[in-house]
Amino acid sequence: MTTRIDRRFARLKEENRPALVTYFMGGDPDYETSLSIMKALPAAGSDVIELGMPFSDPMADGPAIQAAGLRALKSGQTLAKTLQMARDFREGDDDTPIVMMGYYNPIYIYGVERFLSDAKEAGIDGLIIVDLPPEMDQELCVPAIKAGLNFIRLATPTTDEERLPKVLENTSGFVYYVSMTGVTGSALPDTNNVSAAVSRIKEHTDLPICVGFGVKTARQAKAIGEAADGVVVGSAIVAAIAQCYDDNGKRIEDPAEAVATLVKGLADGVRSRQMA
Amino acid sequence: MTAPMEPNSFRIGPDDEGMYGIFGGRFVAETLMPLILDLEKHWNAAKDEPAFRAELDHLGRHYTGRPSPLYFAERLTEHLGGAKIYFKREDLNHTGSHKINNCLGQILLAKRMGKTRIIAETGAGQHGVASATVAARFGLPCIVYMGATDVERQKPNVFRMNLLGAEVKPVSSGHGTLKDAMNEALRDWVTNVEDTYYLIGTAAGPHPYPELVRDLQSVIGTEAREQIQELEGRLPDAIVAAVGGGSNAIGLFHPFLDDRQVAIHGVEAGGHGLAGDEHCASMTAGRPGVLHGNRTYLLQNDDGQILDGHSVSAGLDYPGVGPEHSWLKDSGRVIYSPILDEEAIEAFQMTTRLEGIIPALESAHAIAHAIKLAPTMGRDQIMIVNFSGRGDKDVHTVGKMLGMEM
Repeated sequence: MTTRIDRRFARLKEENRPALVTYFMGGDPDYETSLSIMKALPAAGSDVIELGMPFSDPMADGPAIQAAGLRALKSGQTLAKTLQMARDFREGDDDTPIVMMGYYNPIYIYGVERFLSDAKEAGIDGLIIVDLPPEMDQELCVPAIKAGLNFIRLATPTTDEERLPKVLENTSGFVYYVSMTGVTGSALPDTNNVSAAVSRIKEHTDLPICVGFGVKTARQAKAIGEAADGVVVGSAIVAAIAQCYDDNGKRIEDPAEAVATLVKGLADGVRSRQMA
Repeated sequence: MTAPMEPNSFRIGPDDEGMYGIFGGRFVAETLMPLILDLEKHWNAAKDEPAFRAELDHLGRHYTGRPSPLYFAERLTEHLGGAKIYFKREDLNHTGSHKINNCLGQILLAKRMGKTRIIAETGAGQHGVASATVAARFGLPCIVYMGATDVERQKPNVFRMNLLGAEVKPVSSGHGTLKDAMNEALRDWVTNVEDTYYLIGTAAGPHPYPELVRDLQSVIGTEAREQIQELEGRLPDAIVAAVGGGSNAIGLFHPFLDDRQVAIHGVEAGGHGLAGDEHCASMTAGRPGVLHGNRTYLLQNDDGQILDGHSVSAGLDYPGVGPEHSWLKDSGRVIYSPILDEEAIEAFQMTTRLEGIIPALESAHAIAHAIKLAPTMGRDQIMIVNFSGRGDKDVHTVGKMLGMEM
């Protein structure tokens, strides 16, 4: 069984370049604007879309994504609406992979079986659930795989040799290597360490390795792209959306355009290096 | 719905995966997973080791002042005209609450694990003070995350922490209460994984914390069980404790769980009443969900977003509860009931006037429930209330509510 994610990475391999994976928060700052941002991503150079599901208590996120989640919830975003956003996007794009990213509780309350069937129907390809480590695979990971969705696992600097096989066991689509310990958006990772970590993970899996946490500029994207199969950018995009509004919440710039400009720059960075 | 099958013992949880039935577990980011596995390994090795136990007992006796007395509240009992009420006096512990029991155990564990930096979250500030105290005693730097709202309403405890050398970091996300402080502490831990020990203050969070904190607080129930048999020659008919996260309650309850003749009452914060959102009665009015590393009863909306809740008592102002309490509720072994802000304030005043002891607002919730229960029981019956902390920290809050000139 292949998913849009598998097909996308296979194509990128043929093109001999790494993927640009872009994260944004569904419903930030409101449904319509957020959908326009999502629709602008593929043309700007995003290869894989991570669609954030807002949660009231994002324990692994830094200030930028925390604020984005609160804005989305305030505008009335729910898990049902985030699924609807994927459906609306799919009307015009049946190729770009969509990975939903967030925390478990909204899915648990929605109902795991109902969520998986609705996600599949909405055109979702994979899930990244921050607070579900391999020890909790029976909750959602195993049912998701059965439903035909990729379950993408986070590997971190604290995931040692002994633990890595356990983390990779039920992972599919790609591996998301979190380049540092800390919350999202914190700091620029040292590319040397990233390169070593990617090599280490590659000894255990043939899956593509995407690296994220802390990538903000085209130059950084290029540097990470030298070491990995994909570069994930999240907080920088979310921050760019926030900057389109003044302190009173008045829109001073078009967020979809601002994000497109940023993503084009990042895509140029990622594509400026050809894989060896 | 059929009643769940009664287990042979209520004291056997959790299982190897850290589950109490469907509750508990390890719902944490991968970055933290190796850390909690390491913690579990060290705790399992330490807890039965005679030298570790001896050091903990020694500190309990000479630093905390254990055993804490089991005090017969004679005038309160007479006033209510029912069951004999005993207070388990955790308020007399060093630092003024039961929190020190847990902190001493965990700081010894941190030391054993070679950790050099302590972080903690706090609501009322009692756990923050206890953490800052043990950090000072063992010469480790300590950072305490505290909701900005709580910093405001628990000022005396903020000063105490500062005097003890801890850094108090106010957290302004959410409503600025315990839930938000816990989020921020987890963010710190996920960032500083190498050197940092997260000293969780309540019997919640990812496994092994609920079990670890329960074991360390069980000294309360173990002592109370011996003391009451010495004083009365038998076990009590009822025991009562307030439940926020639930560490003082599980500490009192656990040694009594298999004494079926003992009725066990947990008291939740009913705030302004259960009709609206202004309460923290997660077990009475919430439903199971996943937050802060465990599955447990939570106050949440239909989309699985966690609500903030309200209680006059900062220590009970938490939208969740320890997972073992959730399991004990569903199994029917413990009865959980809400107490309103105003009932707690009334109990606070009654205890102060009749017994000359100022209770913490958290403990006042437990006493308020005892005040309801005692008259329904016979004069020959016995009840133990966990007097979890002293109320000096709350005199401003209560004074304000009573319209006193502060």
